[in-house]
Amino acid sequence: MKKSNKALLALVATLAVGSMLIAGCSSGGGSITIGGSTTVQPLSEAWMEEFTVDNDVEISVQGGGSSAGVKGAEEGTLDIGAASREMKDSEKTDFPELVVFHVAADGVAIVVHPSNSTEDLTLDEVRDIYAAGSNDEWTVINREEGSGTREVYEDIVMDGTEVSPNAEFLPSNGAVKEKVASTDNAIGYISLGYVDSSVKPVKVNGVVCSEANVINGSYPVMRYLNYITKGEPEGIVKDYIDYCLSDEGQQIAADEGYIKLG
Amino acid sequence: MRLSRRMTQKLAFGLIWTSGAVAVLVLVFLIGYVVVRGAPEISFEFLTTPPRGGLGGEGGISSCIVSTLWIIVTTMVLLTPLGLGAAIYMAEYAPDNRLIAFVRYSVELLAGVPSIVFALFGYAVFVLALTLHFSILSGALTLVCLLLPYLTRTAEEAMRSVPRAQREAALALGATKWQVVTRVVVPAAMPGIITGIILCVGRTVSESAPLFVTMGGSSQMPDGLLSPGRTLAVHVFYLAMETNALEKALATGAVLVVLILVTNLLTNWISTRLQARMMGAT
Amino acid sequence: MALANPPSILFVSVVGGPSMSRYFIDRWSSRVVLAFGITSFVVLVFIAGFIIRESMPALQEVGIFRILFGTEWYPRYDKYGILTMVVGSVLVTIVSLGIAVPLSLGAAVLLAEVAPENVRRIVRPAIELLVGIPSVVFGLVGMVWLAPLIADLGGKGSGSSVLAASIVLAVMVLPTITSISEDSIRALPRTYKEGALALGATHWQTIWRVLVPSAKRGIMAGAILGTGRAIGETMAMVMVIGNSPIFPSGLLSPARTLTGNIAVEIAAAVGTHQSVLYVTGLVLFVLVMIINSASVLAYKRKVD
Repeated sequence: MKKSNKALLALVATLAVGSMLIAGCSSGGGSITIGGSTTVQPLSEAWMEEFTVDNDVEISVQGGGSSAGVKGAEEGTLDIGAASREMKDSEKTDFPELVVFHVAADGVAIVVHPSNSTEDLTLDEVRDIYAAGSNDEWTVINREEGSGTREVYEDIVMDGTEVSPNAEFLPSNGAVKEKVASTDNAIGYISLGYVDSSVKPVKVNGVVCSEANVINGSYPVMRYLNYITKGEPEGIVKDYIDYCLSDEGQQIAADEGYIKLG
Repeated sequence: MRLSRRMTQKLAFGLIWTSGAVAVLVLVFLIGYVVVRGAPEISFEFLTTPPRGGLGGEGGISSCIVSTLWIIVTTMVLLTPLGLGAAIYMAEYAPDNRLIAFVRYSVELLAGVPSIVFALFGYAVFVLALTLHFSILSGALTLVCLLLPYLTRTAEEAMRSVPRAQREAALALGATKWQVVTRVVVPAAMPGIITGIILCVGRTVSESAPLFVTMGGSSQMPDGLLSPGRTLAVHVFYLAMETNALEKALATGAVLVVLILVTNLLTNWISTRLQARMMGAT
Repeated sequence: MALANPPSILFVSVVGGPSMSRYFIDRWSSRVVLAFGITSFVVLVFIAGFIIRESMPALQEVGIFRILFGTEWYPRYDKYGILTMVVGSVLVTIVSLGIAVPLSLGAAVLLAEVAPENVRRIVRPAIELLVGIPSVVFGLVGMVWLAPLIADLGGKGSGSSVLAASIVLAVMVLPTITSISEDSIRALPRTYKEGALALGATHWQTIWRVLVPSAKRGIMAGAILGTGRAIGETMAMVMVIGNSPIFPSGLLSPARTLTGNIAVEIAAAVGTHQSVLYVTGLVLFVLVMIINSASVLAYKRKVD
């Protein structure tokens, strides 16, 4: 390569790296990274879209599961950790600086394939299915360990009984929904906010999983959706959380299929 | 019944042709399936809108394309000097003793480490310890570690294939060793080195596990090196696992396959030129 | 004389000054380059170091035996046994090699000995193209086409199974084993083939009884490399194997690989759980190092 070509290449490379570094240093109006629960993810995305209309800030949303949300908030890799469950006692002891905000409520629906004739199951029956694992009758779909939805499910439905490892473990609400929608004898559980016509929710103890029934307590599997920050939120993060808790924010939650607070 | 030798040969060759056919058929089917089912989804809008998220997998892949470009540039800018420098050392300066054999062995070992182990390493070192958090930079640094042995090996081979006569001629003319390396060997090995670089670009585009763990999963347009993001390959994974937008996943896969095809054609073209050059030079 | 010119712009701009003689650069550069030369080694050491450091808590609290030989994976109840996943990884690797090696050998023989040049010119690049295709694309087609096919043929479940994963892996390692085997056969001295033919052997007899056995070490090296790749594959596995932490009951049973376990849980794992995932990474690291060392040894012996 000619000397002049080499020098040119060096110049181009320096410019490229330089411009990228400069771009990386510019923060514009600031940035917020939200991550964790896949249940909360669509809600965060909806809120983010509205909030960034009037506010100059970069908000990125990612999944990973509720435990990843707690962990990210603690380790500082996330500005806001999203969790679809409460913090465990062990987490409260290990991570005392974390602050939790309820931002919405949600139910957990038990779903089957639309062609499945099952209409109604008791809590005991669901527990037995999950304790037994996949067999000729059922293909059992479960969530991976970090899932807040699974945590809630195990607390309320399994109530101390272990789920069988003989099931498919998927990493998100969406993945479970997808699997149940495409497998005839599948059974799974997903956030109420995710339910649509591709899956069929079953009644639990005769109660339909609906917003009303979750609010009045007749549907047993319910949880709060949470935002978690390390220490009290400040600046743009505080503004964002305030927005989510405002009337406008809460209405967005309801529109997305979740349940308003209060 | 003993088959005659001719019959055995016919049978064996039949099987052999079958296996070759299977290999080619698999490739054709794979690419065909992805492109045929995915192409309808590809439109100008698909390429220029970011993913909207949601379960229908609305939106397109614009932010993923940009993230992929950022990752490629960042990784290659950091990787090339390291890989080239290491190759120069191995090809031109390293003595032939047991210590160097050990170093060479470690290059081979590094090449074999599973990508998920690099992901863990990148998470512990770049995301956490260096507090880069989920970002393009974390992903790029992780990939640099992963690709280093490949570029080193390829560049070293390219340099070794430069005829000794050229080095000796330069030295006879009074050049220092460094001048021989930078003005004779490296330029002569350039086609091979560039092939190596393009191959590394190809691998950057294809890698998913390390970037899945270190880049976060944000579907928004990246703002700088410290922004989280997802590359095309990682996006395929998210689409497949979290949405029912399988057509979009296939479409993204089709884009990826086209990129790899282009990469391969480029490397083939350059290495043919390399052959011609080497033939002409001697 | 071009080579006696002053140093290039780069160095002047970086270092500058009249002390910049070519001899100065020459002495200086050999040291700098040495630093570059050992980067791979340094990275390797760092990786080993970090993985071991992060593994320590789990190794101390749970112990390597309970982790490696424990049969239950249930972090919620402090059960950290990865044996089911070791079996999953190993089973999938063995089955995929069982599919890939015969096919690869056939394709390699085809390319090296049997096919005419114009066929070779199509088939070889086609196989090399397969190497570059991202693993997620393999996983995607496996998920969208192969798994439902298996579900229909098998009659139950969703198709995510050891079989689906093995087929996907086989396709992924096929090109690696094929190209290394082909190169090994081609590298044999022509006299082997000519001698056998001169003695009256058919082409096939020559291939099967002379060439392939002589290229055995190279072929094995290719197979071992393919094994390393198979054990290390992550994303495609997560997509088609069902991620059930059980001992697979058969080819149609779902399972979980060591790699998939890490990928699916690393974002969320804290404390001991996270540390166990690093132990899993360590197990993988050691496993692949052993496999690759065997490959390097096999290759070296072949050259001798």
